[in-house]
Amino acid sequence: MDLYTRRLLINRFNLAVSLLTMLFGLFWLGWILLTLFKAGFGGLSAKLFLEMTPPPGSDGGLLNAIMGSLLMGAAGTLLGTPVGIMAGIYLAEFGSRGWLAPVTRFISDILLSAPSIVVGLFIYEAYVVRVGHFSGWAGAFALALIVIPVVIRTTENMLRLVPDSLREAAAALGAPQWKVIVLVTVRAAKAGIITGILLAIARISGETAPLLFTALNNQFWTSNMNSPMANLPVVIFQFAMSPYEDWHRLAWAGALLITLSVLALNVLARVVFRNRTATY
Amino acid sequence: MSAVVNSFPGTAQALPAARMSRAIPDQSLRKQLRLDQLFRHATRFFAFLVLALLAGILVTLFVGSLPSMRAFGLGFFASAEWNPVTERFGAIVPVVGTLTTSVIALLIGIPASFGIALFLTELSPTWLRRPLGTAIELLAAIPSIIYGMWGLFVFAPVFAGHVQPLLTKTLGPLPVVGALFQGPPMGVGVLTAGIILAIMVIPFIASVMRDVFEVVPAVLKESAYALGSTTWEVVWHVVLPYTKVGVVGGIMLGLGRALGETMAITFVIGNAHRLSASLMAPGNSIASALANEFTEAVGDLYLSALIELGLVLFFITLVVLTLSKLLLLRLARREGQST
Repeated sequence: MDLYTRRLLINRFNLAVSLLTMLFGLFWLGWILLTLFKAGFGGLSAKLFLEMTPPPGSDGGLLNAIMGSLLMGAAGTLLGTPVGIMAGIYLAEFGSRGWLAPVTRFISDILLSAPSIVVGLFIYEAYVVRVGHFSGWAGAFALALIVIPVVIRTTENMLRLVPDSLREAAAALGAPQWKVIVLVTVRAAKAGIITGILLAIARISGETAPLLFTALNNQFWTSNMNSPMANLPVVIFQFAMSPYEDWHRLAWAGALLITLSVLALNVLARVVFRNRTATY
Repeated sequence: MSAVVNSFPGTAQALPAARMSRAIPDQSLRKQLRLDQLFRHATRFFAFLVLALLAGILVTLFVGSLPSMRAFGLGFFASAEWNPVTERFGAIVPVVGTLTTSVIALLIGIPASFGIALFLTELSPTWLRRPLGTAIELLAAIPSIIYGMWGLFVFAPVFAGHVQPLLTKTLGPLPVVGALFQGPPMGVGVLTAGIILAIMVIPFIASVMRDVFEVVPAVLKESAYALGSTTWEVVWHVVLPYTKVGVVGGIMLGLGRALGETMAITFVIGNAHRLSASLMAPGNSIASALANEFTEAVGDLYLSALIELGLVLFFITLVVLTLSKLLLLRLARREGQST
């Protein structure tokens, strides 16, 4: 075989393998989504949203878990987002000098990928042990810690996309710096920042590990953030690991619910971002 | 015009009053200046909070693991025992489990991610790039508990029924690696956990690889093509050497993710505190030991040993992620210099 044919064949072979790896990736995505729909779709009914988690062997829904997840997710987002946005503003607007900004940026990026179960351990040690009981607030704190680095990263990146001429124009009109930032830069980057928040919500809505030893679980309805609180991921974990057939069905329905909301949030985030950037 | 001058309070007074018909009163200026400072300090405080957070996590976990450190010392890392009844704890089994599953994940994940990144940057028609890239990223968006459930109920039975017997039959009799593939096909186990982990890290590694492949200057690639290179030769001899640092950074990022992954592994690893030569056997990882045992742990020493495991995990991932970040920064800096 001459050199040219050999090179050609190597090229064709490797590119074909590359195509196969792409299909390999899509294959898993397809398989997982297909399984979820097949196993979870039957469980999606009004009951799911109207009834509490049942004891094994009887009928029920996931109302308390859904409510718990929404409450803790909302509290976590509300606690984490302002911190993330403010820190992101510091990094983008005041971070050109000094040691604090580069170090914070570095640490925040590391926290972004740090194991979430460690966050749960931290809140357990720092909060749950102190107050003496598991609680919805502890879960919300853990989720907030996961929200913070996501929001920091997107806020900083989006603020950096805002052209300096906008800042200079505002400053030239006599606006003090805080007004320049709040009324001009942040507003210009609003869509991007919202994207970041949506992605953070998507990230925490499936998080299980940090809730295991903070919010724990609760078989009953509660809106008291100071008591242990049911939440979708932990209920799914408990139900899926159980030997009961009807609990499995609920777990699959819950899994489908979570995945659909996470995927929807991801798609929404992309749409928000694309629409906004198109107008620039 | 006058407003600009007025943002310097000292000069404002010096100007003749006639030209200052719409001047901002001094008091308001001073207020704005104070607000400016307040705002700057507030944002700095929150940036500092992030640093404090990391320090807080490290210190809290360290304090929490003190009883275990006192009881076992360095022996903690040399013992494979894990016995809540006699309160003897050692980290070897979970640490080995965490490392093994992550290595399996990388062995499968790296070539797959490379292929995907190559496809997305060089092969795919332009109109397909975005949807395909998004699809791969969605793989990262699926919550890890979903991977776990799917792995336990769907993947493990298929794996045990079709793939594991095949592996045992073909690879089992081999001299050295054979021992890794022997044992009954149970579906759950270290190998299953590693494979599911591989699927989970692919989107992270692939998206970093795609991003760094895209920064390769077109001129470099075009020169290679002009010399008659095939697409593969361009990728292997031009793109990859140019982005080497970034690619390694991406792999480290994937490793960092794999080490700390909890729920998916907890479902499929089998949760057995046993050291076994076979990858088919159930094992345990740090994160899954924590997820399974922490809420049920009775006794301060038991809890403390688990917290020490968490500290070890946090420390390992910090080191790996720091390396990853440094490598990626190095690529970015070189990129900055060359333009």
